[in-house]
Amino acid sequence: MTMPSEGTVEKELLDFLHVRTKTVWEEDTDLFAAGGLSSLFAMELVVHLEKSYGIAIRGADLRLDNFRTVTGMAALVRRLRAAAGDGGE
Amino acid sequence: MSENNAGDAPNAHRLTILGAGVMGVGIATLAVGHGVPVALIDVDQAKRAEAEARIAHELRLAGLMGALPDDVPTGELVISDSLSDAAGSTAVIEAVTEISELKEKVIAEVSVIVSPGTLLVSNTSSIPIDELASAAARPAELVGTHFMNPSYLIRTVEVIRGARTGEAAMDSVRALLTTLRRRPVVVRDAPGFVTSRVLHPMINDAARVVQEGTATAEDVDALMQGCLGHATGPLRTADLIGIDNLVDSLNVLYERTGDSGCRPCDLLLEKVRAGDIGRKSGRGFYEYEG
Repeated sequence: MTMPSEGTVEKELLDFLHVRTKTVWEEDTDLFAAGGLSSLFAMELVVHLEKSYGIAIRGADLRLDNFRTVTGMAALVRRLRAAAGDGGE
Repeated sequence: MSENNAGDAPNAHRLTILGAGVMGVGIATLAVGHGVPVALIDVDQAKRAEAEARIAHELRLAGLMGALPDDVPTGELVISDSLSDAAGSTAVIEAVTEISELKEKVIAEVSVIVSPGTLLVSNTSSIPIDELASAAARPAELVGTHFMNPSYLIRTVEVIRGARTGEAAMDSVRALLTTLRRRPVVVRDAPGFVTSRVLHPMINDAARVVQEGTATAEDVDALMQGCLGHATGPLRTADLIGIDNLVDSLNVLYERTGDSGCRPCDLLLEKVRAGDIGRKSGRGFYEYEG
Protein backbone atom coordinates (compact mmCIF):
# COMPACT_ATOMS: atom_id res chain seq x y z
CA MET A 1 0.00 0.00 0.00
CA THR A 2 1.38 3.42 -0.89
CA MET A 3 1.13 6.24 1.60
CA PRO A 4 0.85 9.90 0.62
CA SER A 5 4.20 11.63 1.04
CA GLU A 6 4.66 13.87 4.08
CA GLY A 7 3.80 17.10 2.35
CA THR A 8 0.41 15.88 1.17
CA VAL A 9 -1.16 14.99 4.52
CA GLU A 10 -2.58 18.48 4.82
CA LYS A 11 -3.91 18.47 1.27
CA GLU A 12 -5.43 15.02 1.63
CA LEU A 13 -7.17 16.10 4.85
CA LEU A 14 -8.49 19.30 3.29
CA ASP A 15 -9.86 17.26 0.36
CA PHE A 16 -11.45 14.74 2.74
CA LEU A 17 -13.06 17.53 4.77
CA HIS A 18 -14.31 19.21 1.60
CA VAL A 19 -15.96 16.01 0.36
CA ARG A 20 -17.44 15.05 3.75
CA THR A 21 -18.66 18.50 4.84
CA LYS A 22 -19.25 20.23 1.48
CA THR A 23 -17.29 23.15 2.93
CA VAL A 24 -13.85 24.52 2.10
CA TRP A 25 -11.65 24.72 5.23
CA GLU A 26 -8.31 26.42 5.89
CA GLU A 27 -5.43 24.47 7.43
CA ASP A 28 -5.53 26.47 10.65
CA THR A 29 -9.30 26.85 11.10
CA ASP A 30 -10.72 25.36 14.30
CA LEU A 31 -13.11 22.78 12.86
CA PHE A 32 -15.01 22.39 16.12
CA ALA A 33 -15.45 26.05 17.07
CA ALA A 34 -19.01 27.41 17.30
CA GLY A 35 -20.95 26.67 14.13
CA GLY A 36 -18.35 24.11 13.06
CA LEU A 37 -18.38 20.33 12.97
CA SER A 38 -19.98 17.95 15.48
CA SER A 39 -18.21 15.87 18.08
CA LEU A 40 -19.37 12.74 16.24
CA PHE A 41 -17.57 13.94 13.15
CA ALA A 42 -14.41 14.10 15.26
CA MET A 43 -14.61 10.33 15.64
CA GLU A 44 -14.95 9.95 11.87
CA LEU A 45 -11.70 11.91 11.60
CA VAL A 46 -9.98 9.61 14.09
CA VAL A 47 -11.06 6.52 12.15
CA HIS A 48 -10.13 8.13 8.83
CA LEU A 49 -6.62 9.02 10.04
CA GLU A 50 -6.04 5.55 11.46
CA LYS A 51 -7.17 3.82 8.26
CA SER A 52 -5.46 6.18 5.82
CA TYR A 53 -2.09 6.38 7.56
CA GLY A 54 -1.84 3.03 9.32
CA ILE A 55 -1.55 4.60 12.77
CA ALA A 56 -3.24 3.88 16.12
CA ILE A 57 -4.35 6.92 18.07
CA ARG A 58 -4.54 6.01 21.75
CA GLY A 59 -4.38 7.30 25.31
CA ALA A 60 -3.41 10.92 25.74
CA ASP A 61 -3.30 11.45 21.95
CA LEU A 62 -7.02 10.74 21.78
CA ARG A 63 -8.30 14.18 22.71
CA LEU A 64 -10.24 16.69 20.67
CA ASP A 65 -7.50 19.34 20.76
CA ASN A 66 -5.38 17.12 18.48
CA PHE A 67 -8.11 17.19 15.81
CA ARG A 68 -9.13 20.84 15.86
CA THR A 69 -7.09 21.89 12.83
CA VAL A 70 -5.69 20.26 9.71
CA THR A 71 -2.24 21.47 10.76
CA GLY A 72 -2.63 19.77 14.16
CA MET A 73 -3.87 16.50 12.66
CA ALA A 74 -1.04 16.41 10.13
CA ALA A 75 1.48 16.95 12.95
CA LEU A 76 -0.09 14.07 14.91
CA VAL A 77 0.05 11.78 11.85
CA ARG A 78 3.73 12.59 11.27
CA ARG A 79 4.62 12.07 14.92
CA LEU A 80 2.84 8.71 15.16
CA ARG A 81 4.24 7.48 11.85
CA ALA A 82 7.75 8.50 12.89
CA ALA A 83 7.30 6.74 16.24
CA ALA A 84 6.03 3.60 14.48
CA GLY A 85 9.00 3.77 12.08
CA ASP A 86 11.36 3.95 15.08
CA GLY A 87 9.86 0.77 16.46
CA GLY A 88 7.35 2.39 18.78
CA GLU A 89 7.42 4.99 21.52
CA MET B 1 -30.64 18.16 41.18
CA SER B 2 -27.18 17.72 42.69
CA GLU B 3 -28.12 17.51 46.37
CA ASN B 4 -26.76 13.97 46.38
CA ASN B 5 -23.54 14.95 44.66
CA ALA B 6 -21.20 12.39 46.22
CA GLY B 7 -22.79 9.44 44.42
CA ASP B 8 -22.32 5.78 45.25
CA ALA B 9 -19.14 3.91 44.40
CA PRO B 10 -19.51 2.68 40.80
CA ASN B 11 -19.29 -0.98 41.80
CA ALA B 12 -22.12 -0.53 44.30
CA HIS B 13 -24.26 -0.73 41.15
CA ARG B 14 -24.81 -3.77 38.99
CA LEU B 15 -26.67 -2.60 35.93
CA THR B 16 -28.56 -4.78 33.48
CA ILE B 17 -29.42 -3.24 30.12
CA LEU B 18 -32.01 -4.90 27.89
CA GLY B 19 -31.56 -4.25 24.17
CA ALA B 20 -28.24 -3.69 22.36
CA GLY B 21 -29.54 -1.13 19.89
CA VAL B 22 -28.30 2.45 19.64
CA MET B 23 -29.53 3.43 23.10
CA GLY B 24 -28.63 0.21 24.90
CA VAL B 25 -25.08 0.34 23.53
CA GLY B 26 -24.79 4.05 24.34
CA ILE B 27 -26.03 3.66 27.91
CA ALA B 28 -23.74 0.64 28.37
CA THR B 29 -20.84 2.82 27.20
CA LEU B 30 -21.82 5.55 29.67
CA ALA B 31 -22.04 3.05 32.53
CA VAL B 32 -18.84 1.05 32.00
CA GLY B 33 -17.04 4.32 31.25
CA HIS B 34 -18.03 5.42 34.76
CA GLY B 35 -16.89 2.12 36.29
CA VAL B 36 -20.33 0.52 36.65
CA PRO B 37 -20.46 -3.21 35.77
CA VAL B 38 -23.01 -3.95 33.02
CA ALA B 39 -24.82 -7.02 31.74
CA LEU B 40 -26.09 -6.20 28.25
CA ILE B 41 -28.80 -8.58 27.10
CA ASP B 42 -30.21 -8.97 23.59
CA VAL B 43 -31.97 -11.85 21.87
CA ASP B 44 -30.51 -10.87 18.48
CA GLN B 45 -27.31 -12.79 17.77
CA ALA B 46 -26.05 -10.17 15.27
CA LYS B 47 -26.50 -7.35 17.78
CA ARG B 48 -24.72 -9.32 20.49
CA ALA B 49 -21.84 -10.11 18.13
CA GLU B 50 -21.12 -6.48 17.34
CA ALA B 51 -21.95 -4.95 20.75
CA GLU B 52 -18.48 -5.27 22.24
CA ALA B 53 -16.77 -3.57 19.28
CA ARG B 54 -19.39 -0.85 19.21
CA ILE B 55 -18.96 -0.13 22.90
CA ALA B 56 -15.17 -0.04 22.47
CA HIS B 57 -15.62 2.46 19.62
CA GLU B 58 -18.00 4.61 21.65
CA LEU B 59 -15.68 4.51 24.68
CA ARG B 60 -13.01 6.00 22.39
CA LEU B 61 -15.41 8.72 21.26
CA ALA B 62 -16.32 9.48 24.88
CA GLY B 63 -12.61 9.62 25.74
CA LEU B 64 -11.91 11.85 22.75
CA MET B 65 -14.51 14.32 24.01
CA GLY B 66 -13.21 14.21 27.60
CA ALA B 67 -16.57 12.82 28.71
CA LEU B 68 -15.29 10.08 31.04
CA PRO B 69 -13.63 10.33 34.46
CA ASP B 70 -9.84 9.73 34.29
CA ASP B 71 -9.50 8.00 37.62
CA VAL B 72 -12.14 5.27 37.28
CA PRO B 73 -11.32 1.84 35.80
CA THR B 74 -13.76 0.68 33.11
CA GLY B 75 -16.61 -1.43 34.50
CA GLU B 76 -16.92 -5.08 33.55
CA LEU B 77 -19.11 -5.81 30.52
CA VAL B 78 -21.00 -9.08 30.07
CA ILE B 79 -23.00 -9.67 26.89
CA SER B 80 -25.73 -12.26 27.14
CA ASP B 81 -28.82 -13.64 25.43
CA SER B 82 -30.57 -14.63 28.63
CA LEU B 83 -32.83 -12.47 30.78
CA SER B 84 -31.95 -14.68 33.74
CA ASP B 85 -28.62 -12.82 33.87
CA ALA B 86 -30.57 -9.86 35.23
CA ALA B 87 -30.90 -11.68 38.56
CA GLY B 88 -28.87 -9.96 41.27
CA SER B 89 -28.64 -6.62 39.49
CA THR B 90 -29.32 -3.38 41.39
CA ALA B 91 -31.01 -1.73 38.44
CA VAL B 92 -32.44 -2.76 35.07
CA ILE B 93 -32.77 -0.37 32.16
CA GLU B 94 -34.85 -1.67 29.28
CA ALA B 95 -33.94 -0.02 25.99
CA VAL B 96 -35.70 -2.27 23.51
CA THR B 97 -37.51 -1.05 20.38
CA GLU B 98 -39.98 1.81 20.87
CA ILE B 99 -43.09 -0.38 20.54
CA SER B 100 -45.36 -0.72 23.59
CA GLU B 101 -45.94 -4.46 23.23
CA LEU B 102 -42.21 -5.23 23.07
CA LYS B 103 -41.44 -3.06 26.08
CA GLU B 104 -44.33 -4.52 28.09
CA LYS B 105 -43.13 -8.03 27.33
CA VAL B 106 -39.57 -7.50 28.60
CA ILE B 107 -40.75 -5.49 31.62
CA ALA B 108 -43.14 -8.28 32.60
CA GLU B 109 -40.45 -10.93 32.18
CA VAL B 110 -37.59 -9.14 33.92
CA SER B 111 -39.64 -7.86 36.83
CA VAL B 112 -40.20 -11.40 38.10
CA ILE B 113 -36.49 -12.25 37.76
CA VAL B 114 -35.09 -9.36 39.85
CA SER B 115 -35.59 -9.03 43.60
CA PRO B 116 -38.37 -6.80 44.94
CA GLY B 117 -37.01 -3.29 45.43
CA THR B 118 -34.80 -3.41 42.31
CA LEU B 119 -34.99 -0.26 40.23
CA LEU B 120 -36.68 -0.88 36.90
CA VAL B 121 -36.21 1.76 34.22
CA SER B 122 -37.89 2.02 30.87
CA ASN B 123 -35.87 4.12 28.48
CA THR B 124 -38.39 5.53 26.06
CA SER B 125 -38.76 8.67 24.02
CA SER B 126 -42.56 8.70 23.96
CA ILE B 127 -44.49 5.85 25.61
CA PRO B 128 -46.31 6.89 28.81
CA ILE B 129 -44.68 5.18 31.80
CA ASP B 130 -47.95 4.36 33.53
CA GLU B 131 -49.01 2.29 30.49
CA LEU B 132 -45.81 0.25 30.82
CA ALA B 133 -46.06 0.05 34.62
CA SER B 134 -49.09 -2.24 34.31
CA ALA B 135 -46.78 -4.88 32.82
CA ALA B 136 -44.44 -4.82 35.84
CA ALA B 137 -44.94 -7.19 38.75
CA ARG B 138 -44.54 -4.17 41.07
CA PRO B 139 -45.53 -0.97 39.23
CA ALA B 140 -44.05 1.29 41.94
CA GLU B 141 -40.55 0.16 40.90
CA LEU B 142 -40.81 1.46 37.32
CA VAL B 143 -39.38 4.87 36.38
CA GLY B 144 -39.03 6.35 32.92
CA THR B 145 -35.88 7.87 31.47
CA HIS B 146 -35.33 9.45 28.13
CA PHE B 147 -31.58 9.48 27.58
CA MET B 148 -30.50 11.47 24.54
CA ASN B 149 -28.08 9.96 22.01
CA PRO B 150 -25.16 9.82 22.65
CA SER B 151 -25.97 9.50 26.34
CA TYR B 152 -22.31 9.78 27.36
CA LEU B 153 -21.96 13.20 25.71
CA ILE B 154 -25.27 14.73 26.83
CA ARG B 155 -25.35 15.41 30.56
CA THR B 156 -29.04 16.14 31.03
CA VAL B 157 -31.52 13.24 31.24
CA GLU B 158 -35.30 13.55 31.16
CA VAL B 159 -36.71 11.43 34.00
CA ILE B 160 -40.40 10.55 34.04
CA ARG B 161 -42.28 9.83 37.23
CA GLY B 162 -45.36 7.77 36.44
CA ALA B 163 -48.57 7.96 38.47
CA ARG B 164 -47.61 4.78 40.33
CA THR B 165 -43.84 5.31 40.57
CA GLY B 166 -42.72 5.07 44.21
CA GLU B 167 -40.35 7.36 46.12
CA ALA B 168 -37.80 4.54 46.59
CA ALA B 169 -37.52 4.10 42.83
CA MET B 170 -37.07 7.85 42.38
CA ASP B 171 -34.25 7.82 44.97
CA SER B 172 -32.61 4.86 43.23
CA VAL B 173 -32.71 6.43 39.79
CA ARG B 174 -31.26 9.69 41.13
CA ALA B 175 -28.43 7.75 42.81
CA LEU B 176 -27.65 5.84 39.63
CA LEU B 177 -27.67 9.00 37.50
CA THR B 178 -25.43 10.76 40.02
CA THR B 179 -22.86 7.95 39.73
CA LEU B 180 -23.11 8.34 35.93
CA ARG B 181 -22.64 12.14 36.35
CA ARG B 182 -25.95 12.86 34.59
CA ARG B 183 -28.28 15.69 35.57
CA PRO B 184 -31.88 14.51 35.90
CA VAL B 185 -34.84 16.74 35.18
CA VAL B 186 -37.96 15.04 36.55
CA VAL B 187 -41.24 15.57 34.69
CA ARG B 188 -44.74 14.16 34.85
CA ASP B 189 -45.98 11.36 32.66
CA ALA B 190 -47.56 12.15 29.26
CA PRO B 191 -47.10 10.96 25.66
CA GLY B 192 -43.65 12.19 24.58
CA PHE B 193 -43.11 13.84 28.01
CA VAL B 194 -41.39 17.17 27.27
CA THR B 195 -38.54 16.66 24.81
CA SER B 196 -40.25 14.38 22.27
CA ARG B 197 -43.56 16.21 22.50
CA VAL B 198 -41.75 19.39 21.42
CA LEU B 199 -38.94 18.05 19.24
CA HIS B 200 -40.55 15.24 17.24
CA PRO B 201 -43.31 17.28 15.53
CA MET B 202 -40.64 19.88 14.76
CA ILE B 203 -38.39 17.28 13.10
CA ASN B 204 -41.44 15.96 11.21
CA ASP B 205 -42.08 19.49 9.92
CA ALA B 206 -38.42 19.91 8.98
CA ALA B 207 -38.65 16.71 6.90
CA ARG B 208 -41.91 17.93 5.35
CA VAL B 209 -40.19 21.14 4.29
CA VAL B 210 -37.58 19.04 2.45
CA GLN B 211 -40.31 16.80 1.00
CA GLU B 212 -42.11 19.86 -0.38
CA GLY B 213 -38.91 21.11 -2.01
CA THR B 214 -38.70 24.33 -0.03
CA ALA B 215 -35.08 23.68 0.93
CA THR B 216 -32.44 20.96 1.13
CA ALA B 217 -31.76 19.13 4.41
CA GLU B 218 -28.46 21.00 4.67
CA ASP B 219 -30.18 24.36 4.30
CA VAL B 220 -32.95 23.51 6.78
CA ASP B 221 -30.31 22.57 9.36
CA ALA B 222 -28.15 25.59 8.49
CA LEU B 223 -31.11 27.91 9.12
CA MET B 224 -32.22 26.21 12.33
CA GLN B 225 -28.64 26.28 13.62
CA GLY B 226 -27.55 29.66 12.35
CA CYS B 227 -30.74 31.66 12.90
CA LEU B 228 -32.42 29.84 15.78
CA GLY B 229 -29.51 28.37 17.71
CA HIS B 230 -30.51 24.69 17.42
CA ALA B 231 -27.35 22.80 18.39
CA THR B 232 -27.23 20.19 15.61
CA GLY B 233 -30.14 20.97 13.28
CA PRO B 234 -33.38 18.95 13.29
CA LEU B 235 -32.51 16.64 10.38
CA ARG B 236 -29.03 15.82 11.62
CA THR B 237 -30.80 15.08 14.91
CA ALA B 238 -33.22 12.77 13.05
CA ASP B 239 -30.22 10.84 11.70
CA LEU B 240 -28.77 10.61 15.19
CA ILE B 241 -32.03 9.38 16.74
CA GLY B 242 -32.56 6.87 13.90
CA ILE B 243 -35.41 7.58 11.50
CA ASP B 244 -37.04 4.19 12.25
CA ASN B 245 -37.18 5.06 15.94
CA LEU B 246 -38.38 8.57 15.12
CA VAL B 247 -41.28 7.17 13.07
CA ASP B 248 -42.18 4.72 15.88
CA SER B 249 -42.20 7.61 18.37
CA LEU B 250 -44.25 9.85 16.10
CA ASN B 251 -46.80 7.04 15.78
CA VAL B 252 -46.95 6.71 19.58
CA LEU B 253 -47.55 10.46 19.83
CA TYR B 254 -50.11 10.57 17.02
CA GLU B 255 -52.11 7.64 18.41
CA ARG B 256 -52.25 9.18 21.88
CA THR B 257 -52.63 12.91 21.17
CA GLY B 258 -54.45 12.96 17.82
CA ASP B 259 -52.14 15.82 16.82
CA SER B 260 -51.86 15.54 13.02
CA GLY B 261 -48.45 17.25 13.20
CA CYS B 262 -47.23 14.00 14.76
CA ARG B 263 -48.30 11.81 11.82
CA PRO B 264 -44.98 10.77 10.19
CA CYS B 265 -44.57 12.53 6.84
CA ASP B 266 -44.03 10.61 3.58
CA LEU B 267 -40.33 11.42 3.31
CA LEU B 268 -39.62 9.87 6.73
CA LEU B 269 -41.62 6.75 5.82
CA GLU B 270 -39.82 6.52 2.48
CA LYS B 271 -36.42 6.65 4.17
CA VAL B 272 -37.40 3.85 6.56
CA ARG B 273 -38.61 1.72 3.63
CA ALA B 274 -35.32 2.33 1.81
CA GLY B 275 -33.30 1.44 4.90
CA ASP B 276 -31.79 4.93 5.04
CA ILE B 277 -32.47 5.27 8.75
CA GLY B 278 -29.65 7.59 9.76
CA ARG B 279 -26.22 7.41 11.27
CA LYS B 280 -26.55 3.77 12.34
CA SER B 281 -27.12 2.60 8.73
CA GLY B 282 -24.57 5.01 7.23
CA ARG B 283 -27.18 7.14 5.50
CA GLY B 284 -30.29 9.14 6.37
CA PHE B 285 -30.63 12.79 5.48
CA TYR B 286 -26.81 12.76 5.37
CA GLU B 287 -24.11 10.18 4.66
CA TYR B 288 -21.73 8.89 7.34
CA GLU B 289 -18.63 6.82 7.64
CA GLY B 290 -16.52 5.59 10.52
